[in-house]
Formats: sequence, structure tokens, C-alpha cells
Amino acid sequence: MEMRAIKFTLNGKPCEAVVKPWRTLLEMLREDLYLTGPKEGCGEGECGSCTVIMGGKTVNSCLVLAVEADNQEILTIEGLSDGEHLHPIQAAFVNKSGMQCGFCTPGMIMSAKVLLEKTPRPSEAEIKEGIAGNFCRCTGYTKIIESIQAASETGKGGK
Amino acid sequence: MVTFYRRLPRFDYVKPESLSEALGLLKGNKNGGIRVYAGGTDVIPRLKARLLPAPEVLMDLKGLTELNYVEYDKKQGLRIGALAAISSVESHGAVQARFAVLSQGSHSIASTQVRNRGTVVGNICSAVPSADAVPALLCLGATLLCVSPRGERIIDIEDFFAGPRKTILADDELLKEIRIPDMPKGGRGAYIKLSTRSRMELALVGVGAVVAVTDGVFRDVRIGLGAVAPTPMRASRAEEVLRGEKVGEQVIAEAGRLAAAASLPIDDHRASAEYRRLMVEVLVKRAIGQALKA
Repeated sequence: MEMRAIKFTLNGKPCEAVVKPWRTLLEMLREDLYLTGPKEGCGEGECGSCTVIMGGKTVNSCLVLAVEADNQEILTIEGLSDGEHLHPIQAAFVNKSGMQCGFCTPGMIMSAKVLLEKTPRPSEAEIKEGIAGNFCRCTGYTKIIESIQAASETGKGGK
Repeated sequence: MVTFYRRLPRFDYVKPESLSEALGLLKGNKNGGIRVYAGGTDVIPRLKARLLPAPEVLMDLKGLTELNYVEYDKKQGLRIGALAAISSVESHGAVQARFAVLSQGSHSIASTQVRNRGTVVGNICSAVPSADAVPALLCLGATLLCVSPRGERIIDIEDFFAGPRKTILADDELLKEIRIPDMPKGGRGAYIKLSTRSRMELALVGVGAVVAVTDGVFRDVRIGLGAVAPTPMRASRAEEVLRGEKVGEQVIAEAGRLAAAASLPIDDHRASAEYRRLMVEVLVKRAIGQALKA
């Protein structure tokens, strides 16, 4: 079972890796590339805490094989801020207290980003639909929805 | 003691770049030596949980880009290629405009993340009784174009399922395309999914209905049921009682009763058989009502 050499764009930078066929994208990101923003919750595509953006769409990185990242563009939570300067969605989550334990937050923000790219001014129902695949066991979602609404009001949430 | 595995078992990986290459590799495939997958939203977690035996080779079909399409024209109807993601089917203009029962069924599956990766063909091939796209496809009279190194065959979706998680697809065979005839004139449909929460949930009961009405008379009615039998099923007797009848509450109620009587639900941790059967009756009435108003 040979190792596979893959090339992809990770958070805007070219990246190369050699991976085992049975390695998931999440394992590669966290354990080989030390990007520990995406989290492993359930490992079976239910909880959404491993959500990253691949080819402009949100995916559960626990269900994607690392080899499938070949030639793809991948964005994780680590790629959102500009140095110390937070992305508008991150800033809104801080300002509106959109997190408690924080485990779901990286995935939640990636889903919010794609939502705001497609729907810059979402209704509450559209926000709920947009984060339906991201579970939070702390907040009851109210503060998360308020955070995404606040990010949408900056007009830069999808940037 | 239950062992939880977090990691995938070891396997080799192959990604053919054309259908002919894939079929060449599948020649002589037996006992799951090669397992094919497209989105991986079902196969990957089942491999992790050791619910599937580890294959020698996992074959990624995503290189077969020629099978990534959703096409509609009046003559041919709707065609969905094996690689069309659930999200691309549910958001397709013609699917939304003409086959609402299918866009609603597809949209009710899991989450955006899963629908971005998973395919409608995969939803069929997984053959779970609760597959949300299937009641719609039953209502729409879908046929399935399957290919193997031995040739092609077209299978009616009603004949495709052999039981929970079982289909009649051979180990060397692929489901290449879903074919859906154009909606009959005036045909309208709706899908209703009963679940304890509105997203990220399997259907306790899924009901799809397609109706065509002329001058207040049911010209055609098709009802598909999910999660209430070992396989998704048509409620044929309920359909028959409506065909040719005037649209009316009593006859629709009778159809609900017949559909419930035909269903074969099980008791499990998600719902009792009794509750599911009662809900078939309610939801068949409701789905026909929604289809009539669509």
C-alpha cells in the first residue's frame, strides 16, 4: 500500500505532502501539518466540528481522505485572520460571545463564511439552515446566530 | 465491551480517470475486494466503525468527471449522473421547478457538508430504508442505468433494493445514471420527512407524493414511503384507490389508511412500529394535500 504524494493549496499557500491512503484530511491537517483548528468530534460527519472549506464548499474533513486533497484549495480557520487582525466573523464571535467551550467554533465559522459568501444578509432561518450541520452543546445557538448576524452587518462576512 | 475505532482500516486507493478504466479494474471483483465510493459520506464512517469489512482497494469514482451532471430536457426527462452531488441536484433549476418532490427529498438529507460530498446515486446504493431521495425517485418512476464489464442493464428502482443495505447491484457493477421521465402534464409533488429535529436526522417516516389532476379528478397518483419497510416502497393500493376518483377528503383519508396498512415498519430506538404506521396514515394525507397545493 504505497504512500501518495499530493499537492494542494492550503490557506492560500502551496503545500505538498506524502500520505497513507487511509489517512483522513482531518488527521493530516491536525497531526502532520499541526493545524489544530479543525476538531474531531464524532468522526462520522454528524457534528461538523471538523468543517473546512474545500473548493469553495464546506466539507466534513473527517470524511474526506487526505489523498482527495490533491489539486484542491483548502481553507481552514487558521487561514481566515490576517495576522493578528481577526476576520470579521471571528471578530463578531468574540464581540457577541458566540462561544463557550469553543470546540465547535472553527467549524461553525467556516460554515458561516460560506453562508455569507452566498447570502450576505441572511435571515435568522437562513442562518439556522447554514449552520445545521454544526453542533454546539454549550450555547443553545442564540449567541452564535447573533454573532453571524453581526458579521453580516459588516458586509464583509463572506470575504 | 464495545470498541470504538476512530481511524480507518488500511486499504489501498485507486482513482480511475474514466468509466472504461474503472470497469476494467472491477472485472472479476468479488467479496468486496474493491469497494467503490463517490462522496464517501456513508462508506467512510462505516469503514471507521468496522461495519464494512476493510477492502483491499478503495476505488474513488471522483475521477470519472464525465458522470458529474444533472441534465433536463422535455424529451429525455431528467438524468442524474453517478457523481452529481446531492447539493447540485437539490439546487438545480429544473429539479426545483418540475420535480419538487426530489429537490425537497434531497434537501432534507443531513447537512450542507454532507450534501456537498454525498451523491444521490450513493443515497440509492447505500440502500438504507430511510434514504430521503428514494421515495421521490419511486414516485417519479426512475430507472437506473447500471454498467459492468459484462454490459449495461436498466433496472426499475422498484426492483433495485433487496433489503436493508442490500441491492441487486453486482460486485463488478456501477450505477451510472438515474433516468427520470418528464413529469406528467400538470404533475406536482411533495416530500414530507418526519423526524425529531429538522436537520441532521434520519427520517422516522418519509412520504413522497406526486399527483396529476384534471377537472378535479386524480388522473395519476404515486406515493413513495421511506423508513417504514425493509426497503423504500410504493404504496400501490393507496394509489389505486385515488386514480380516477374526484379529489376529496374521504378518498384521500382512505388512501392514508391503505398506505399505513401496506407499510411494514419496525420497532427500534427511534420510534415504535405502531407510531410509524399511524404517521404513515397522517403523512400520506398531508403529502397529497401539499402536492395538490404545490
